Amino acid sequence: MEFRRKDLLGIEDLEAGEISLILDTAASLKEISTRPIKKVPTLRGRTVVTLFYEPSTRTRMSFEIAAKRLSADTLNLTVAASSAIKGETLEDTAHNLEAMQPDLLVIRHPASGAPHFLAKRLKCGVINAGDGLHEHPTQALLDLLTVREAKGRLDDLKVAIIGDIAHSRVARSNIHAFIKMGSRVTVAGPATMLPPYLESLGVKVTNSLDEAVAEADVIMMLRLQLERMGQMFLSTLREYSTYFGLNTRHLALAKEDVIIMHPGPLNRGVEISPEVADGPHSVILEQVTNGVAVRMAVLLLLIGGEKG
Amino acid sequence: MSLLIQGGLVVDPGQDLEEPRDLLIEEGKIVALEPPGQIPPEGRRVISAQGLVVAPGLMDMHVHLREPGEEYKETIATGARAAVQGGFTAVVAMPNTRPVNDTAAITRFILDQAKAAGLARVYPVGAVSVGSQGQTLSEYGDLKAAGAVALSDDGHPVRHALLMRRALEYARTFDLPIISHCEDLDLRADGVMHEGRISLRLGLQGIPAAAEEVMVFRDIDLARLTGGRLHIAHVSTAGSVEIIRRAKAGGLKITAETAPHYFSLTDEAVLGFDTNAKVNPPLRTAADVAAIKAGLADGTLDAIACDHAPHSTLEKEVEFAAAAFGLIGLETSLGLSLKLVHDGVLTLSQLIARMSTHPARILGLPGGTLTPGSPADITIIDPNHTWQVDVSRFASKSRNCPFQGWPLKGRAMMSIMGGEVVWAGGEV
Repeated sequence: MEFRRKDLLGIEDLEAGEISLILDTAASLKEISTRPIKKVPTLRGRTVVTLFYEPSTRTRMSFEIAAKRLSADTLNLTVAASSAIKGETLEDTAHNLEAMQPDLLVIRHPASGAPHFLAKRLKCGVINAGDGLHEHPTQALLDLLTVREAKGRLDDLKVAIIGDIAHSRVARSNIHAFIKMGSRVTVAGPATMLPPYLESLGVKVTNSLDEAVAEADVIMMLRLQLERMGQMFLSTLREYSTYFGLNTRHLALAKEDVIIMHPGPLNRGVEISPEVADGPHSVILEQVTNGVAVRMAVLLLLIGGEKG
Repeated sequence: MSLLIQGGLVVDPGQDLEEPRDLLIEEGKIVALEPPGQIPPEGRRVISAQGLVVAPGLMDMHVHLREPGEEYKETIATGARAAVQGGFTAVVAMPNTRPVNDTAAITRFILDQAKAAGLARVYPVGAVSVGSQGQTLSEYGDLKAAGAVALSDDGHPVRHALLMRRALEYARTFDLPIISHCEDLDLRADGVMHEGRISLRLGLQGIPAAAEEVMVFRDIDLARLTGGRLHIAHVSTAGSVEIIRRAKAGGLKITAETAPHYFSLTDEAVLGFDTNAKVNPPLRTAADVAAIKAGLADGTLDAIACDHAPHSTLEKEVEFAAAAFGLIGLETSLGLSLKLVHDGVLTLSQLIARMSTHPARILGLPGGTLTPGSPADITIIDPNHTWQVDVSRFASKSRNCPFQGWPLKGRAMMSIMGGEVVWAGGEV
């Protein structure tokens, strides 16, 4: 199978075969990062621009390391949202970057659809590194790779995603991803954070953390964005943690070999207890390692795909 | 010279007429309406309307002409040109210009500009509150004396229930209707499209139907309390239709309008993040579309008004959340609305009532009928003319139209205002 796309904008657009191809490619590239000299010449002479309109350390670094391990040149531009408002438009910024002839543009933006907006207007490929509440496809791909390594498969798993589904692009991308690969997804959280019509995505919806994690193969905790406190979504952090924080008691309800995931950064003691985050079921750091491999795969396939 | 319109099918809901008639116009007024062949053509300019529909001039009771203040989007002249090209001989201009039309001087300015353009009649709407800030009542008496035909804080809905109560009462003093843009801004919050399956998938903040319905309910209750004249603008949800239907069944004298996009599009039009489908209230679901059609058919919704809202690429060629709400409609409204007739939702006469007779009646304006003695505002329509929407041919300055490329059946062939042919297209 060949990967014939100019852009990677979301998981919803991908077919299961394309997802498997990315994961297989990532798995084969992963070994590079274990070598003493962690670099191959595959993308030598290629240029990858990262354009971040939201603060991010791990995603931006992960893309940068991925590009460097493939010998691509990288250029990182972080735009404070405030200066973007008074400064040039997204379209102008993108055209200016494109005039420097990069091969790929990696964008994170607080507006859902911003990468799609650019993809329509630019000749170079666009990778969505998180758009608003919409999608974060490389996060879902690295999560899939992590689960596949741990479980040996991606179908017929029970996956629980817990927390603020309404505001989570990680949740949306993962819901599409796990369902496409043949697993079942249950989401749980307070009703303020579960948007209406969630069932239409093919998931089971519950307000009970116990119910969601029962017999789960995978538990994915979402980061609670603390600014939601002031926006009437929550009463207190204490209460949130009481009803929706994952602790060792919940592990007993899940499958014995359950894995615990979190996209980071953690709010220790809020959505996840330190015992669970650091315990034997946690694969949180494997997720970070796999992030580099998955992003290497995506860069390679998109640039390769362009040539084909 | 007098003008004779010959051979057309005259559809005038005001006098319950749908018969072949010839129409004689002198000095800007309709002077005779007779069975075919009875008015001698000699010495008169004759317009053949053979095979066409002759209707009272269409009136769009909800448009934004952007002048004064945002002339780069539209001017009164370009908006009036778009109106007559779409078959509208009169438009009702909302007050959210810059500055807001909250004083007699601005109302007079709008009327002067409209007169200079000499195309469609433009009826200004004054602001409910000073600057549409929702704080203090503007000068309704002076606004009316200058020519305002209604009051509205369209685009800046009245948040404060007591102010709305006082506005309905004070407007009653001067016999002016209040046109309410029903939207609870707190409930809308950061919403940019209808809250539903599509907003969930796109990760766009939703505007629930309830954000409209709670305000429809509030304003209807306040109309009941005050005896004020309430007209509800751009109804978009099944729930609103039902609330209005019940209020009318209870004998309350309120009126309501919807727009062509609310019976032509659903929230799926937003897929792909198309900012031309970003409008407020937002495009809703198929069930809402069905309810809007039913509301038009049974008379719950009295009027079709397009909420023509021109925006330039500066406001629309941006990220979806940053884009302005609104779409242009004057040049597609009739074609989209005629689909209701072709699909059997409305009779032709019912459609003309909702696009001409009722708006005139709601606002107490001349026109909306072809009775001898009325102003000679006339739209000649070919209901079967098929054409394709091409925004590059629009008279409007703006291009924010989600119907680009749509095939439509039916359009205006001629618009006559005050006895003058202000637009003629096709083979009339």
